[in-house]
Amino acid sequence: MLKLLWLIPALPCAGFLTLAFFGPRLSRRAVALIGPGVVLASAVVSWSVAMSFFLAPPPGGAFVQELWTWMDVAGFHPKMALYLDPLSLVMMLVVTSVGFLIHWYSTEFMAEDEGYSRFFAYMNLFVASMLVLLLGDNLLLLYLGWEGVGLCSYLLIGFWYTDPANGRAARKAFYVTRVGDTAMSLGLFLLFTQLGTLQIQDLMREAHDQWGTGSKLATAAGLLLLGGACGKSAQLPLQVWLPDAMAGPTPTSALIHAATMVTAGVYLIARTHVIFEVSPTAQFAVAAVGAATLLIAGFSAMTQWDIKKSLAFSTISQIGYMFLALGVGAWSAAIFHFMTHAFFKALLFLGAGIVIEACHHEHSMFKMGGLRKELPVTFWTFAIAGCSLAGLPLVTAGFYSKGLIIWNAYASAGGSMVLWLAAVFGALLTSIYTFRMIFLTFFGEPKAHVVKRPGAAMKIPVMILAFFAAVAGFVETPGFLGHAHVFSNFMQKALPEAVERRGLGMSELGSEAVVMLAFLAGLAIAYFFFLKKPALQESVTEPPVGQAVHRFWFSDWGMDWLYDKLFVQPLWWFARINKRDFIDSFYAAVAAVTRALWVVLRSTQTGRLRWYAAVIVAGTILFVALALVAKP
Amino acid sequence: MEGLFYMAAVVAVGATLMMLTRQNAVHALLYLILSLLAVAVIFYLFGAPFAAALEVIVYAGAIMVLFVFVVMLLNLGPRAGGLEAAWLSPTVWLLPAIMAAILAGEIVYILSGPGLRTAPAGEIAPVQVGLALYGPYLIGVELASMLLLGALVGAHHLGREARSKPETKTHDVYSDVAGSDSGGDLVRAGSDRTSGAA
Amino acid sequence: MIGLLVRRNLLFILMSLEVMVNAAGLAFVVAGAGHGQADGQAMFIFILAIAAAEVAVGLALVLLLYHRYRTLDVDVASQLRG
Repeated sequence: MLKLLWLIPALPCAGFLTLAFFGPRLSRRAVALIGPGVVLASAVVSWSVAMSFFLAPPPGGAFVQELWTWMDVAGFHPKMALYLDPLSLVMMLVVTSVGFLIHWYSTEFMAEDEGYSRFFAYMNLFVASMLVLLLGDNLLLLYLGWEGVGLCSYLLIGFWYTDPANGRAARKAFYVTRVGDTAMSLGLFLLFTQLGTLQIQDLMREAHDQWGTGSKLATAAGLLLLGGACGKSAQLPLQVWLPDAMAGPTPTSALIHAATMVTAGVYLIARTHVIFEVSPTAQFAVAAVGAATLLIAGFSAMTQWDIKKSLAFSTISQIGYMFLALGVGAWSAAIFHFMTHAFFKALLFLGAGIVIEACHHEHSMFKMGGLRKELPVTFWTFAIAGCSLAGLPLVTAGFYSKGLIIWNAYASAGGSMVLWLAAVFGALLTSIYTFRMIFLTFFGEPKAHVVKRPGAAMKIPVMILAFFAAVAGFVETPGFLGHAHVFSNFMQKALPEAVERRGLGMSELGSEAVVMLAFLAGLAIAYFFFLKKPALQESVTEPPVGQAVHRFWFSDWGMDWLYDKLFVQPLWWFARINKRDFIDSFYAAVAAVTRALWVVLRSTQTGRLRWYAAVIVAGTILFVALALVAKP
Repeated sequence: MEGLFYMAAVVAVGATLMMLTRQNAVHALLYLILSLLAVAVIFYLFGAPFAAALEVIVYAGAIMVLFVFVVMLLNLGPRAGGLEAAWLSPTVWLLPAIMAAILAGEIVYILSGPGLRTAPAGEIAPVQVGLALYGPYLIGVELASMLLLGALVGAHHLGREARSKPETKTHDVYSDVAGSDSGGDLVRAGSDRTSGAA
Repeated sequence: MIGLLVRRNLLFILMSLEVMVNAAGLAFVVAGAGHGQADGQAMFIFILAIAAAEVAVGLALVLLLYHRYRTLDVDVASQLRG
């Protein structure tokens, strides 16, 4: 059964090819069958492969399927090989399952769009690329998948290409992630030239053997890979593209920008964890980036009026949590949070999609309200997901995964009080903005008229996701709540255990208690400000200080403005002054000379007979003179 | 002999010069005929009686007559002469005179080289010319006849064109050309006068 | 040649052309007589034929020009200017 591994990326790829070539000629029904169908098939194969993996784990904890050698050049011979270990298994299951649910949802969501087959083609290509990224045996294959998902992100953000704003958002996403990709490729070059291979397991071994702790090369490599991860996962300083990416269709936002592509950075760092273990500096950088990002994005999420942008900042913040976990050495905690986050964030986006459609493409939460009576299923599933995100104690997955990260931010070898405080404050912010979203959208006076209710294709996936958003946490519970370590035990072969440091002043129970308090505080604040006394909002944002702070947080801490001043304007200026540099003047001179010649020659064509005769005579004189001069 | 040659030459050149400067087309034609006759005399003096005869018969006889016919056909009228005068200002002669002088100088230079005979070697009878024509130059004869056929057809076609297309587009150019407003009246006046007289 | 360049009346231009052709013929005949051969006169006869053909077509063109532009000024027929 494990031998079917190659089918998992191949099926969506086949789906993409079919839809790309024949899509316009197929009926909507056929497209709706093929698009989600191949992802379903891939998910089925994934689960069966997973079953085989659970029941009969391969020796060494990993299964490698070599397909062929990609190239063989001067001692560099990466193979097309798929590597299955617990890490890639978990991520693969999430990607295919959630991916299938989102595809199913899209059959109804995109039903009226005339780019139906194009949409599914791109989505299939995305799933295929993401699977290649996850299952790749070497970093080059990972990079192939990396670029593939970047491409699909661009294509899908700018899906409605007739609006130039969407194209701009797509290009912005591409440029910013490109900066990250460049850093990553520099990291790959460094790794290859220093360690001689890009095959991940060999690489890890070599890094461990050749580079001692604190090695500068390892730090450089780690920081470069971190740069790449920041680009793809929208962390500081490259997070500016994700809020704009909400210009794409909501299923895209759900799949790419919530559940899967943005977690590629997390996967990269988890895969190359040995480099970060060898270089504590790089690892600390990961944690610092994660902590800073989760706070910044949390503040920004509180001020957004667009429901999708609020969710985008929420994604940035939650991935910050995952980076934080990686940075303190809690590797499997990060992947655990990835799994739960995929469920509830995708669900939140799908729910937002339903709400937006229902209010006839209205994105502003302030123009919605009281929808819980009109859209009950949507409300309950959204509420479950929101509670999971905020970390409703005991019954939601998010509680367990986030709590684990927060505990490790304090307790593990790389952790500290500062990081813990940041994580807890982030939890408070998460609670605030999540409940703000729920209260504004579903409670209060109805301000928008519901024009469209979701059908089965949209309701069933969200219900399934809601189920998982609630129960998926039970695979990993803290010591005082059952001490279940199913997840981390499973991941042990692939990712090392988090090591606790000595001299802890707080227990896990204490940490979890504080987190619960943060949750409740956030709920209360949101309740007061947005449901009970909406006027309180005005009183906070009215004074100039409040206005300035609000604007600052709203504009993503001014980073767009900053990048514009630092990079975009100088580049434009540089391009402008080079438009007519000395090389161009050479070509312009050629044209000018030709034109001058033309003017001169044109004046000889007078059309007058006597002028032509005179010219003939002059020519005769000239030739006779030449003959006379030449002969004697 | 030599004296006759120089006299005929002077007449030829002089008549040509007179022709160039006339305003009346018919006067110019008469001077041209005179020039051709002088050239015929030169031919005869050089012992080419056949060429002389042809010059008179074909050139002065047929071709010039064609010219005269066309001039009569155009019926330009006396006012056209004034127009010609307006066109012939002294400055117009300057550049052509210079170019002609240079060319003449070059020709004189060529002719003054060695190996040129100046005296006729004897009379060449028409029989010899005929033998030459039907001997080595036979192809030339045939080609000349085809050329004449072509000219005949061409002239016929062009002439037919002129008549079959009546004045749908009598492009009165004189109204466009600045400073020659009187020209149109001139031409039409000439035609009116004759039609009036007829 | 001077006439060709100076005069604007098409008839005069044609007349000047005739003079030039005649001059060429004169050169041929004299050269042939100088060598004592009949070839010069034979050439002259060809030149004569050419001149006749040229006059015929040229005069037809004169008539066309006159019908078109109502004048014999050759400078007005300059529509081929660039």
